[in-house]
Amino acid sequence: MSTAAETPYKPATATGRITDFVDQRVGGSGLLREFGRKVFPDHWSFMFGEVALYSFVILLLSGTFLTFFFDPSMAESVYNGSYVPLKGVDMSVAMNSTLNISFDIRGGLFMRQVHHWSALLFTASIAVHMLRVFFTGAFRKPRELNWVVGGVLLILSLADGFTGYSLPDDLLSGNGLRIIQGVISSIPVIGTYISFFLFGGEFPGTAIIGRLYVLHILLVPAMILLMIAIHLFMVVVHKHTQYPGPGRNDRNVVGYPLGPVYAAKAGGFFFIIFGVIAAIAALFTINPIWNYGPYDPSPISAGTQPDWYIGWVDGALRLMPGWLLGIPLEWNIPFPWGVNTLSLNVLIPALVPAGIVFTVLFIYPWIERWVTKDDREHHVLDRPRNAPTRTAIGMAGFTFYCVLWAAASSDLIATHFNVSLNDVIYWLRALLFLGPIVAFTVTKRIALALQRKDREIALHGRETGRIVRLPHGEYQEVHAQVDDYKRFKLVGYESPEPSAGVPNRNGIVTKQEKRRALLSRFFFEDRVAPATPAELHAAHGHGHEEIEASDKTKEVAR
Amino acid sequence: MKALSQKRRHPLAAVALLLLGLMLTGGLYAVATTANQAKAATTYSANDVQEGGKLFIANCATCHGMGASGSPDGPSLVGVGAAAVDFQVATGRMPMQAQGPQALQKPRQFNDEQTHELAAYVASLGAGPAIPEAKYTDGGGDAANGGVLFRVNCAMCHNAAAAGGALTRGKFAPALAGVSNQHIYEAMVTGPQNMPVFNDANITPSDKRDIITFLDTIEATGSPGGAALGSLGPVSEGLFIWIAGLGVVIAFTVWLTSRTS
Repeated sequence: MSTAAETPYKPATATGRITDFVDQRVGGSGLLREFGRKVFPDHWSFMFGEVALYSFVILLLSGTFLTFFFDPSMAESVYNGSYVPLKGVDMSVAMNSTLNISFDIRGGLFMRQVHHWSALLFTASIAVHMLRVFFTGAFRKPRELNWVVGGVLLILSLADGFTGYSLPDDLLSGNGLRIIQGVISSIPVIGTYISFFLFGGEFPGTAIIGRLYVLHILLVPAMILLMIAIHLFMVVVHKHTQYPGPGRNDRNVVGYPLGPVYAAKAGGFFFIIFGVIAAIAALFTINPIWNYGPYDPSPISAGTQPDWYIGWVDGALRLMPGWLLGIPLEWNIPFPWGVNTLSLNVLIPALVPAGIVFTVLFIYPWIERWVTKDDREHHVLDRPRNAPTRTAIGMAGFTFYCVLWAAASSDLIATHFNVSLNDVIYWLRALLFLGPIVAFTVTKRIALALQRKDREIALHGRETGRIVRLPHGEYQEVHAQVDDYKRFKLVGYESPEPSAGVPNRNGIVTKQEKRRALLSRFFFEDRVAPATPAELHAAHGHGHEEIEASDKTKEVAR
Repeated sequence: MKALSQKRRHPLAAVALLLLGLMLTGGLYAVATTANQAKAATTYSANDVQEGGKLFIANCATCHGMGASGSPDGPSLVGVGAAAVDFQVATGRMPMQAQGPQALQKPRQFNDEQTHELAAYVASLGAGPAIPEAKYTDGGGDAANGGVLFRVNCAMCHNAAAAGGALTRGKFAPALAGVSNQHIYEAMVTGPQNMPVFNDANITPSDKRDIITFLDTIEATGSPGGAALGSLGPVSEGLFIWIAGLGVVIAFTVWLTSRTS
């Protein structure tokens, strides 16, 4: 056509020329156009995944610094650094180099504390992110697999946290490692073999720190990175979920595009997180290994706990009785080749609670999908109150976890609240079983009550607190109607009804289908239905007429 | 003053006033309750023993029995030595306020002279650990050796950073910061409350001196990495990141998303 199409595009500025040069060779503009226009909805609760990602970046940066100076050797050495109370003490090279990082390398202690604090924030933000996803129903189709990837990321972060916690070879982490070794040994038949294989012989041996180091800096972070890539890829494919609101539905995303608003916000947010962690690391000490001293299998310190994310497993071990109803939980079983020990008092608390929590966590999306027979895509989130049973199940699980978590600090609860350690254990044992039931009931009642309140407000408006006296003496409180935007939030939600068992092709309601119907009733039998347009119309028309009508009758009477 | 009167209706004025009041009360209380340090003394006159006996009958015999021979409410004190009396009385643990899982530290009831007389009386009943010589409690030993001994012998109850810990049924091992060197030594040789006795065959006097030096050193050094959060280990660290760390992060997320939507 015109000659303009044949003249090559000539950018006016230097930046333009460079960009054009790159674009002609790698074709970035198409990608940028695609990603830059990706729309993300705005809500504070959507940012915890980002917090986790940024904490992980900080972990990589600070961790790289630490690898320059850390030596994961368990060879014996004598400490000769500047921390006086440990001068001349025998310790492993790993502990020695960690102390040198802390006291003799410029900025080393700060970097260690940045690394450890960001590890705590990393796991905490993953936990909060998963709670947000669960309670808003963001795990529903099409995001079930991403939920599973998130669960795997959680487990990987726990693994990376624990392997890192053990590296300094100090007394605290050595005790933690000893507990893990005990748990491994309690696995029937193969436990001892795994332990010997892992530690390269008897505990503690001379191999474990080096092995954990490889896992900590190579294998586990690589797997985390891979999972993060998959996780983010799926977020892009699925698009982000959004809270219900006017104009928002399962076919659109209401928000701002990635470029420039979110790119700027996210970039700034990274530095905010870095700043928060740096401030915490500069002001508050974490894992003061110089207090704990080098690992030696004989001593143990009061107040020995794992980092918070492993605490619940430690708590389970603390709550488990050694005897139950007069029966010892440690059995010595005589076999022809000798006596084997089955330590249920270790095996059960170490594996059962974690097994239950992670199994339910991974399969929950499918449970709900099966119960509701809901195969539609969901991009609009549920407000937690609008899915009362799910919210209640979540709170029950959360309570179960928190009781175990609290049990890990049973000794500190005892000393700080001046109560008996034994009583703390007894109460927590009871709470472990009763707490989830109470939490379930209370949460469900609260959610249903909130739904009823929403319905009431949608139908009759909110109470203004203004009491008017009508001419005939009656007092009424004036209700103000909420505007349409607010009302949408109150009425625009899905509320599935319990569905009875459906006969299959042969006209038989199978056992499995009956179970599903039973669960469906459990989930939805006491649902609060959202106000329908007809109800809204009737309620609003009615309210106005009433006040007007009474005014008129008064006039007529006069 | 004008600026002050203008600011008096500031929303934070009440908070500031409350804070000021609390700090003032707390500060005055801290000054008023500072207890005197006990001084070591090893020689007892007959008069000391006699006066101590009178004090004992008036204040201790209800539980420990006449002649300190013991009763269902309190053990015999024959042979516990002057060190036990000095520790229990000078730290305010004895006389006990009420029977409980263990005697609690509280403002001391007897002054130095009375404590000295009580110690003289109890020491006269039978041979027991004496108040330690000053050369063992001067804190001039080997802190590193003391640290090793502390971790092996003491840390399982008192915590590696001497921050204290829980025992069974309401008993506990107290934090050791602020405890005088002499009392620490006396506690080791007499085993007060639920503490085992670490006699001189178990830990030699010079090793005890090292342990005391270690405790002095870590107390004087403070926390090299910033606020210690009570030296309670990962529990306080976890609480901190969940409440303060995540709290600040959530405040920022709310701020970042508040301008739109």
